[in-house]
Amino acid sequence: MGESGMNGAGRGASVTLADLVKKYDRVNAVDGVSLDIRSGEFLTLLGPSGSGKTSTLMMIAGFEMPTAGDISIDGQSVVAMPPYRRNIGMVFQNYALFPHLTVEENIGFPLKQRGLPKAERARLVAEALDLVHLPGYGARYPRQLSGGQQQRVAVARAVVFKPRLLLMDEPLGALDKQLRENLQLEMRRLHADLGITFIYVTHDQEEALTMSDRIAVMNDGKVAQVGSPEDLYDRPTDRFVAGFIGESNFLPAIVRGMEDDVVIAECDGAIIRAMCPGRPASGDKVTLTTRPERLRFADSAWNATTPQNRLSVTVTEAVFAGERCRYMLQAGDGTSMVLKEPSSAAIRRRAIGERAEISWSVADTILV
Amino acid sequence: MSEITQPSPVAVSLGAVRPLLLNWRRHVPLLLVAPLLIYMLVLYALPVLAMLLRSLNDPTWTLSHYAALFEDVVFAKTFWITFNTSITVTLGCLILGYPVAMGLVRAKTMAPFILVIILLPFWTSVLVRSYAWMVLLGRHGLVNEGLIALGMIDRPIRILNTPLATQIAMIHILLPYMILPIANALRQIDPSLIRAASGLGATPFMTFRQVILPLSMSGVAAGTLLTFVLALGFYITPAMVGGPRDITLSMLIAQQVDQLNWGYAATLSAVLLATALAILAAARHLPGVGNAFKTSMR
Amino acid sequence: MILTRLLAASVVGLILFFLAFPIVVVAIVSFSEATYLTFPPPAFGLRWYKAYFNSEDWLKPTWVSLWVAASVVVLATFLGTLAALGVSRLSRPMRIFATGLILSPLIVPGIVVAIGIYYAYARYGLVGMPIAMVLAHTCLAVPFVVTSVTASLAGLDPRLEQASLSLGATPGATFWQVTLPLIRPGVLVGALFAFITSFDELIVALFISGTGAVTLPRRMWDDLRFQIDPTIAAVSTLTIVLTAALMGAAHYLRKRNQA
Repeated sequence: MGESGMNGAGRGASVTLADLVKKYDRVNAVDGVSLDIRSGEFLTLLGPSGSGKTSTLMMIAGFEMPTAGDISIDGQSVVAMPPYRRNIGMVFQNYALFPHLTVEENIGFPLKQRGLPKAERARLVAEALDLVHLPGYGARYPRQLSGGQQQRVAVARAVVFKPRLLLMDEPLGALDKQLRENLQLEMRRLHADLGITFIYVTHDQEEALTMSDRIAVMNDGKVAQVGSPEDLYDRPTDRFVAGFIGESNFLPAIVRGMEDDVVIAECDGAIIRAMCPGRPASGDKVTLTTRPERLRFADSAWNATTPQNRLSVTVTEAVFAGERCRYMLQAGDGTSMVLKEPSSAAIRRRAIGERAEISWSVADTILV
Repeated sequence: MSEITQPSPVAVSLGAVRPLLLNWRRHVPLLLVAPLLIYMLVLYALPVLAMLLRSLNDPTWTLSHYAALFEDVVFAKTFWITFNTSITVTLGCLILGYPVAMGLVRAKTMAPFILVIILLPFWTSVLVRSYAWMVLLGRHGLVNEGLIALGMIDRPIRILNTPLATQIAMIHILLPYMILPIANALRQIDPSLIRAASGLGATPFMTFRQVILPLSMSGVAAGTLLTFVLALGFYITPAMVGGPRDITLSMLIAQQVDQLNWGYAATLSAVLLATALAILAAARHLPGVGNAFKTSMR
Repeated sequence: MILTRLLAASVVGLILFFLAFPIVVVAIVSFSEATYLTFPPPAFGLRWYKAYFNSEDWLKPTWVSLWVAASVVVLATFLGTLAALGVSRLSRPMRIFATGLILSPLIVPGIVVAIGIYYAYARYGLVGMPIAMVLAHTCLAVPFVVTSVTASLAGLDPRLEQASLSLGATPGATFWQVTLPLIRPGVLVGALFAFITSFDELIVALFISGTGAVTLPRRMWDDLRFQIDPTIAAVSTLTIVLTAALMGAAHYLRKRNQA
């Protein structure tokens, strides 16, 4: 089926989700997800647990039947197709290696199902073991391997039959931080080598930012925002996305007017300018967001060349955290904010209770 | 059905295939269970139900069999003996079983050895174990010989074919059913609780009374229930080692079947079954009871 | 402190003695050379084992028991494993009905099951037929197979089956290549329990074995009504050894499966 579905758009499959809904009992686990995943793309479904990301993946793999909506791969609907005919590679959270089979037999398993002759199987298995840097491990059993090695075997098994789409369900979740970071890079390399489409599910925003071409942030069964890592970090369209990816300050404000695509708002008596794609009406109550590391104390030796917002605050807490200092600030109206400043012996540390003026770039202020 | 003869499943319109596929998948579990369900209905459940029905329609539809039980002296006596034996045996098992369960859980190097001693009789058939007690308790059996040798009695006393023999043999047979659930419950007690208790100045006895015993009650409940319900239905052991006049409900039922008194036998069976089920139903919400019958499977 | 510990240990020791002693006595008596039952035996020998192995009256029921138990293993393991695969995925009311029916032989008193089966089987002329023993014992053995297989299925990660499907194995191939190899210990344990359940069963046998399907426990029971000669001790010892060996195997399989 994979062959017949080829439309010459590269080695990776394109996937379209159209108004996908999955109901369990009466709860909508997935509630109208539409997404176009391009051929050869590394797309991450990112969200907290219960956001519907795993259910979405399970429907693409064919283990769950959508309650409504459609899934098509390379333009053909696969909803009615059982998982074993979809020709999709999948890496599971706990790797799901067959404990009664050796590494070789595990990786050869999909080839055996496809009726490949023994010699051909052995050649492809060896190739796959090379790909994941585990040559010579073929005769071992999964339980004789470390977590990281098991994870590589799972990847080898999922790609050995040359699927055009690889699904991964939190494949690094069970590993320690150091190993996880190494394997993140390896996944990127693998993606580049194979050129196939990856759909990756994780709840770890750092992992998503490091690895993905695009990220779809999911919340409550819906896609909150889709975009490149930079898009999501610098231009969140939604309060949930701003809070879930990285740290954000939220300032309540009232709209006073517009200048091109910059909104002018009043916050704690000060005028704050923010980027805004829409056109809010004067007098609307809105929330502005900005990142802690983009705030500066206005009296520090740092000269801004771009348009700035300014606000008076009181320092309520100061924490030294090695590479940076972290300050909790409070505006006159009680709004709390966080400011992160690179630490340096040349910069004066602020004391608790000190009053200060802070400033930040208008381009780093977003109306959500 | 013409839709599914299409060459490629992809080409089939969704509306036609989705319910078909769903229905097929939904019925697979039932298809797997159905052979056994039909087998057990035909060869076991319906036969038992048909037999029980004889209590209501022998010779015509009537409740007279049940009504007659209220004035039936034999039934009253048998029911009393059965109930009484079960209570004695259950208490005996509890008294003997609890220390062994504690020993099993506390022992370190000896634990496998203790487990084998508990399981070996458990794995031996009821018939063989009852026979063993015939050998031990007989007129010239080991117990009598021993008591004479110790000078405690002058001539052999009658133990075999008395209620005492039934009780001893039944306790022996049912003891593992009491030990294993209690040991399970004891094993689940966090050892740091016991250390904490003694660290707070509790004597070992106080620790037992106030920490271990309450926390093992789920196992005690499960073991007691299991032992009691199994004891109610005992047939082979009382028939082999019990007294000729100490007839249990099971023995009375067998006797009535021999005399082809199906109406009476069915009525007694219904009473025995209802008693067992009523006890299980009443105790079903006690913690640990749900697992009791899994434990019974060793 | 040491004294109480010693006291506790001796109490437990005495109870364990009570558990093990009767069986040990049977084993010792079986090696007696005396013609009557006495303990301790005046001399030891294999006299009663020879008596057993030279008696058609004992060997025939032994073969009947072995044949019945072996057939029960095949039937109960097949039906029980199939049912265990389906039962957890049934709808709730259906699941309650199915587990209730399948497990009920563990709760329903043996005599009720036995006379119920006798009542129905007698009508169809099945009394005294070895096949009837197989049919009836399978009902009693199946709960052990279903619980054992269900337990190993519960320990089976559903993602292994999903992985197999995602790798292109059909549901059939997935069952044979993934599910079955992984639950095999549970199936074997269930089969061993099924064997022992049938091999040791007496109450049903009392009613439906008639004269044509006398099993070993039935033969022992009949014999005990008239005498307690040491042949029964020899037979008992042999069955104890057989069951203990099978149970030891089951125990080992289950431990290995957990590891």
